[in-house]
Amino acid sequence: MRDVGIIGIGQTAVAEHWDRSIEDLAVEAITEARRDAGTDRADALFVGNMLSGELAGQENLATAIADAAALLPIEALKIEAACASGGAALRAAWLAVASGAHDYALVVGVEKMTDHLTDGVTAALATAADADYEAGFGISFVALTALLMRRYMHDHAARREDFAAFSINSHRNAALNPRALYRQPITVADFIASPVVADPINVLDSAGICDGAAALLICPAAEAGRARRTPVRIAASACATDTLGLAERADPLVWQAVAGSARLAYDRAKVGPKDIDLFEVHDAFSIVSVLTLEACGFADRGSALRLAAEGRIALEGDIPICTLGGLKGRGHPVGASGVYQIVEVVQQLRGEAGPAQVKGARVGMAQSVGGSGSVSVTHILRA
Amino acid sequence: MELPRYHRMRRALYRLEGTSCPSCSRRFFPPRAVCPACRKGGLEPFPFSGRGTLYSYTRITQAPRGFASVAPYAVGMVRLEEGPLVSAPLADTDGIDLSIGMPVEMVTRRIHEASENGPIVYGYKFRPRLRPPRQ
Repeated sequence: MRDVGIIGIGQTAVAEHWDRSIEDLAVEAITEARRDAGTDRADALFVGNMLSGELAGQENLATAIADAAALLPIEALKIEAACASGGAALRAAWLAVASGAHDYALVVGVEKMTDHLTDGVTAALATAADADYEAGFGISFVALTALLMRRYMHDHAARREDFAAFSINSHRNAALNPRALYRQPITVADFIASPVVADPINVLDSAGICDGAAALLICPAAEAGRARRTPVRIAASACATDTLGLAERADPLVWQAVAGSARLAYDRAKVGPKDIDLFEVHDAFSIVSVLTLEACGFADRGSALRLAAEGRIALEGDIPICTLGGLKGRGHPVGASGVYQIVEVVQQLRGEAGPAQVKGARVGMAQSVGGSGSVSVTHILRA
Repeated sequence: MELPRYHRMRRALYRLEGTSCPSCSRRFFPPRAVCPACRKGGLEPFPFSGRGTLYSYTRITQAPRGFASVAPYAVGMVRLEEGPLVSAPLADTDGIDLSIGMPVEMVTRRIHEASENGPIVYGYKFRPRLRPPRQ
């Protein structure tokens, strides 16, 4: 396998883009990534998207985007892995370039969710769960996560407000990111007063419904030296899976896919949790951040809430997470989120994260999670 | 729910029928075709008793499409007496303080509101246990 570098990044603002189509968003991000890289070369396009069939009535999405972006006739494929689709699209592109099948590959993660009302989006997101035995019973995706949070609170004597520190951190960092959706800081009082979605999960535990696209251009590291920008190296790319149904796991509070993809990535990059300067966590819900930090070796079982309480996840802490707002603050256009994470790690490793810059960042990790922890893609990048 | 899907799920929906592995005796709900431990097929039908305890629960305020008319409603995860965990709606919970560990039992109830030309789907829910467990 060849070493692969990221030479261009692009992103739209995350927002409710009522006047723009899914193709419009993807084209804007792709154009920005190509401009950033300073090259028009592209041999293939990998599109990360979860819901274009459900919400836009458009499958064959990769062709639609390749066409709209004037990339024809290159190979173009949509990669779907629920909310981990963005990370999975980069992994597919990395496999193509690392293996030598392609040299220059574009990745775009895109999701268009705001054409629909909340009940329609909630039903669409539930397709990440087990259609027969979870979604078919009206058990929404939020409800599955709420079941985990309730059990975690029971097992570890945690209170609801103990989880606020994660949402507060994401909003504080989002305020420093001009592309983020929710740029207003929040307080513990706001968190406690926030309306319930499926108790104990409230609105401020949950990443919002929105639209956005983010893009990357990757190429072999040997060629990346000629690029306009200093390349960021992909030190590891890994994916792992767990049971589709949350109840079918030996212990639902131990996220094996998340742990497995992190372990594979650590092995490949020859690093451990202590070497990670920043971690873009899939904070779709605050309990997901908790279970992820425990599964990836940043906290012992039952102790991740303490990391947040002690400020260790903040920009100046020893393991900054969600440095440009995460899913909670930047927004979670589901199939795009994994690519936004990579764009943000690249910004950090280039030293271009502005007021959100993590000082001296050299090694960054990003992790996409789909379903109730049923699929996870982890990437480790090096400056 | 589509009629063919409803039809093929009827044993699980009505009888809480899962499968068990003849080589390692592990039991599964929902039914599996291949045992994840032995990685072998040939699993046999296994009806669960429907008795268990509440592993976790939540009350859904923001319902997905098709369930809005019954919201808010409670769902939970139940640890069945025979071992597996199952996710399911909870029934008869009005005025009851749900708690982790409380005994529950399976009942057959309407799962899904009728859509135009669609079947009314019946299946399992769990309610706080009425009778003491058999000795």
